[in-house]
Amino acid sequence: MTKRVEGARPELGTTRLRGAEGPARSPYGKPVIKEPVWTPEIPAYFYVGGLAGASAPLALLSAWRGERGIAKRAWLTAAAGSVVSPVLLISDLGVPVRFLNMLRMFKLTSPMSVGSWILVGFGTATAPATLHALTDRKLLPRPLGDAAQVGSALLGIPLASYTAALIGNTSIPVWHEARHDLPFVFTAGAATSAGAMATMLSPVGEAQAARRLAVAGAAAELGLVALMKRRLKARGVAGAYHEGRARWYSHAGLALTAAGGAIVAARGARDRRAAIAGGALLSAGAVAERLAIFRAGFRSAARPQDTVAPQRRRIDAGQRPGAARTTPHQPAAPQPGGALDARRPGEREVTPGSPAIGPS
Amino acid sequence: MATSYDLQTKAWPQTYGDEAKPRMGFFTDTSVCIGCKACEVACKEWNQVPASPQGFTGESYDNTIDLGADTWRHVAFVEQRKPLDIGGSGASLAQVAALGGVVDGAGLQTYQDGEGLRWLMASDVCKHCTHAACLEVCPTGALFRTEFGTVVVQEDVCNGCGYCVPACPFGVIDQREGDGRVWKCTLCYDRLKDDKEPACAQACPTNSIQFGELGDLRDRAEARLAQLQDAGLADAQLYGADERDGVGGFGAFFLLLDEPETYGLPPDPVDTTRDLGAVWASASAAAAVLAGAVAAAVLWRRS
Repeated sequence: MTKRVEGARPELGTTRLRGAEGPARSPYGKPVIKEPVWTPEIPAYFYVGGLAGASAPLALLSAWRGERGIAKRAWLTAAAGSVVSPVLLISDLGVPVRFLNMLRMFKLTSPMSVGSWILVGFGTATAPATLHALTDRKLLPRPLGDAAQVGSALLGIPLASYTAALIGNTSIPVWHEARHDLPFVFTAGAATSAGAMATMLSPVGEAQAARRLAVAGAAAELGLVALMKRRLKARGVAGAYHEGRARWYSHAGLALTAAGGAIVAARGARDRRAAIAGGALLSAGAVAERLAIFRAGFRSAARPQDTVAPQRRRIDAGQRPGAARTTPHQPAAPQPGGALDARRPGEREVTPGSPAIGPS
Repeated sequence: MATSYDLQTKAWPQTYGDEAKPRMGFFTDTSVCIGCKACEVACKEWNQVPASPQGFTGESYDNTIDLGADTWRHVAFVEQRKPLDIGGSGASLAQVAALGGVVDGAGLQTYQDGEGLRWLMASDVCKHCTHAACLEVCPTGALFRTEFGTVVVQEDVCNGCGYCVPACPFGVIDQREGDGRVWKCTLCYDRLKDDKEPACAQACPTNSIQFGELGDLRDRAEARLAQLQDAGLADAQLYGADERDGVGGFGAFFLLLDEPETYGLPPDPVDTTRDLGAVWASASAAAAVLAGAVAAAVLWRRS
């Protein structure tokens, strides 16, 4: 039996009268913009890139502080992430063998181009940085190894945030309207991920900084995601987070992050098993949150009202002119016989062909 | 004869110097579209675009559905309940005659019957925006601005990253299945280089699709809009004919008989990279906060 939802399918091509109630429509409820073509490797990369990016400065500063154990583990995390990230990104490409084309140019208008260069720099620096840390600064020449470590930490930070600029810089309403919230959500998630990973890998005595980072990141992420959704709601495009898989991932991310943060905060300093469990929950929460944001983008693109209604609202409010205009810029040229020409269509003078080509 | 319009894009004409050609485009006058789909067929044949069998949708005569990697022209069929009241109740004979004159005199091709159903047909295509988001976000430079001011994908450079797909405010460009690269209308770049008209414009039997220098087309469109408005079609509107819109004007613009959303077109499309400066600022601020948070977590100690 076919389930018919009242109002789910708009009446065929009905004109939306100005000032009329209800969402603006598109013919047959078809999407106005395209869904992304990105595969689940992309949200996986959002997580891995954030994890690796935030782990590098955690490692560098921990070593400066004299905490060699956590520093080595964090460097290993960063190194693993710097290897996995390009694999994820290349496998998402439509033509993976052409991955080097990413480095044909450097374009500030393309966060993907900027990010490719950040990732290349990060990968190049992180390998020697990690080697330097694991050999207790004895194998590589000191200036070289130290420079690699500082470089890796400095590139890791933008690695964690550029991905938010990337998806914010699209026509997907739920991403574009959150373009100033997403960077903070992503870096908070990166802090959570790096903190949670170091918490899991380190003995409790060495992991104080990691726990702080994990708990603070989790708290910030929960707050920032709530704030983002509130702002999206005010702009009338939050619907995508309340449908399908985005809704599920959204709830899962919230619950996992809250539970993991609570466990690490309450028992993480005393009980290694609690630290591992809490860290695992936080990591899963960070992954789920990225999946929620990713899937919401697909839902948002599929909802024509999310694209059209905010645009129509800002035109009606006089904030923007819109792309259509009913007033001609010049008065009508006098028509032979006036506008209501009595001649039939076949009898009218029509200039054949396009202007550039002219009559043949 | 063209009135002076600001047709400049970021890369055209200045990066081409002497090799720059006039900016070429389409003016699609939907008021004379008869829905024959000759444009779709001509486009597919000339550009060797793969078939896109999508079955019968049951949505009027539209089985092409949308623009995409394998559909570079798409004729939309919008069935609209909007009585013009020809022969309708209460209208005087003089009114009926006048309205009949609108239909004939203005050469309207939209079908009208006694039930008050009208049929809007419109051949949609890539807009070749003045500020093209797809081109701006392309990390490989596969998308570029030609000497004609149009936007074209270089198929030997595109690596299928897919960034242009959600960047386009019109949902035009898409990734081709089994190929991995993105494809869209090239405004028949190869034919333009040979002083030929694009295939769709040449095939159009009613001159609904007009090809030419963008300034000339805008002049034509203004005259046509004035004519239709004078004839009493208050909803007739030009779509994408101004520099002031969110994409700086379209290289392929339209005359519509109703609001853009009626045709499945966004009423206020915006080039997403317009806001990118502020987005980079937010991303930098977020990065700084992350750096500060890591430093505080590691370095701060209760004394």
